[in-house]
Amino acid sequence: MSLETRVYQKERTLKMGALLKASLKDLLGSRFLARQLAERDIKAQYRQSYLGILWAFVTPIATAAVWIFLNSSGTVRLSDTGVPYPVYAFSGTLIWSIIVASINSPMQSTNAAKGILTKINFPKEALLLSGVYKLLFDSSIKILLLVLFVFIFGVGFHWSLLLMPVAVLGAVLFGSTLGLFLTPIGLLYKDIGKIITFGMQFLMYVTPVVYAIPKDGIMKILMTYNPITPIILTTRDLVVGFTPQYLTYFLMVLGVCVPLLFLGLVLYRIAIPIIVERLSA
Amino acid sequence: MNKEQPNNEVLVKVEGLSKKFCKDLKTSLWYGVKDMVNGVRGSSHERQLRPKEFWAVKEVSFELRRGECLGLIGHNGAGKSTLLKILNGLINPDAGKVTMKGRVGALIELGAGFNPILSGRENIYNNGAILGFSRKEIDTKLDDIIAFAELEEFIDMPVQHYSSGMKVRLGFAVAAQMEPDILIIDEVLAVGDLGFMLKCFKTIDAILPNTAIVFVSHNMPMVSRICSQVILMDNGQAKFLGVDVGKGIDLYYNRFSDNGSNIIFDDGSIVVEDVKISGCANHKNGIPQLLWGDTLNIYLKIRLNLTMEVPIFGISIFDKEQRPVAILEHNKNDSNIKILDKGIAFNVKHNNLQLSKGVYSINIWVSKTENKEPMLRINGVMSFQVISDKEVWPPFLLAATYENCNL
Repeated sequence: MSLETRVYQKERTLKMGALLKASLKDLLGSRFLARQLAERDIKAQYRQSYLGILWAFVTPIATAAVWIFLNSSGTVRLSDTGVPYPVYAFSGTLIWSIIVASINSPMQSTNAAKGILTKINFPKEALLLSGVYKLLFDSSIKILLLVLFVFIFGVGFHWSLLLMPVAVLGAVLFGSTLGLFLTPIGLLYKDIGKIITFGMQFLMYVTPVVYAIPKDGIMKILMTYNPITPIILTTRDLVVGFTPQYLTYFLMVLGVCVPLLFLGLVLYRIAIPIIVERLSA
Repeated sequence: MNKEQPNNEVLVKVEGLSKKFCKDLKTSLWYGVKDMVNGVRGSSHERQLRPKEFWAVKEVSFELRRGECLGLIGHNGAGKSTLLKILNGLINPDAGKVTMKGRVGALIELGAGFNPILSGRENIYNNGAILGFSRKEIDTKLDDIIAFAELEEFIDMPVQHYSSGMKVRLGFAVAAQMEPDILIIDEVLAVGDLGFMLKCFKTIDAILPNTAIVFVSHNMPMVSRICSQVILMDNGQAKFLGVDVGKGIDLYYNRFSDNGSNIIFDDGSIVVEDVKISGCANHKNGIPQLLWGDTLNIYLKIRLNLTMEVPIFGISIFDKEQRPVAILEHNKNDSNIKILDKGIAFNVKHNNLQLSKGVYSINIWVSKTENKEPMLRINGVMSFQVISDKEVWPPFLLAATYENCNL
């Protein structure tokens, strides 16, 4: 067995392809570490809290509740959605919260590990993967809650419900890809994190989260082209048993996300030493 | 570890390594963005200093073989930790090249990845995972780790209730399970009690023959004990590089030679007017030089502001690390020191000085004869250097003769 040799020098000697290969290899190789980190964070989070998992869906429930009230009290008049409004609103806010969490995840995981990043050399991809694990944990609980809602409000069971987790995976993929691209700059400048929080609030209103796409007008155009729209709509259609109308667009978005995710991984790999240098000096 | 490999292969090779840092945060972040863009484009321009930048490490080169230990010494901010970070692959160099062969272990931070709320047992897995162990490896080593850390009783207690020493012990116990080809050690061993330190050294001694070690420390006795060669860093440059560990340490100490004297206590009743080594011909940088085996002759001149009996004089000798190495007997009542015209002057003599090579400083204290009440205490009132061609680390080199005994 010959010794593994590592060379560190100024220039990036590896081609993009080799970098991607190394990145994917580390991603695979760090499954145990990623799981350990995710387990650690989840355990620690719930061990020091009584309400625990409740916090994962307080925001979507609250947002949905506000809109359910606005609608039922007649304060705002929303067009008919074809399903009981509480199911519509809650499914929307829940999927929305999954997407927002996915966008934030790569940056949060990396930021939380700043202390060890500057001291120990380990496969950094593990941080991303542990973020995904945590997302999947949170999301699966949210999905269970959503299913509960579906039955309480009498929408009933549809075979398409079984496909819904796949759509949620799509939402996680979309969010993580976007988040991964913002991570290198976001770690250097805090502004990025603020912009995400701020921007997502507004973006929600041009996405059919709590109301349907209007029949015409500028809002229709904005909402139709918004790449988050097909994710929300497809997931919701699967939940309530409609034929997904935006399926093609949904698949297109995911199709674009996969190569972008790979590119994001390569950028992340290039950026990490630079970030460590700027953060630790 | 690789038994078939020849035992003296070069494991660490550093060639012309340089790294620059930026003094200003905002600028630094902006350069970070630029570096990222360059990194993606793969530009290979020569790196020049941009405004507000400086070389934190400049053109350092060395080689390290299996079984060797390199000591990295230097004052704070000399670039030691930056060099370690590059060796560990955390940051990329701006010029030059580092080649590392084999498994790299780093004792830079012990207990990385610990979560304070979780128990010691759970954190062994967290820390182990970050250090690159698999679950199976940790499972088999778990008992060893707990035993090494001597934490059997507290292993299921949340780590936040551990003392800092216990945390370090647990962290080291996990790290000690690594079987690295190259081991990088930063000042982590300084914490922990004596028993722990001895254990650390035992571990390091055990792995040293199969490992190339890079060791950063400010503790010179420790450096001289472990290292086979040293690099003295100064402003990012390797000021000294070689196997003459003693010489490197001397150069390091020279940086701090002018500690100055320090009046610790003074009740105003007496004033030291003069202290010197009498009968000393050689001076270097204002420090008198004596040969090993010479007579140490300290001249003291004191002015008294009050009328009093001849006070008691105490003189002690400290080494570079401010450890006390010797104390001279104090004056007895039957000595012939006399007060003349409100002053005292006398020589304190010690024959055949057997202090080993190095620079020493002198502390003096004066107290009243009647009740031993202190009147004056001065640390580092002066320094002197002992010259010897024999390089030894203990503070004394005692003259010895060897005589045959018949069996």
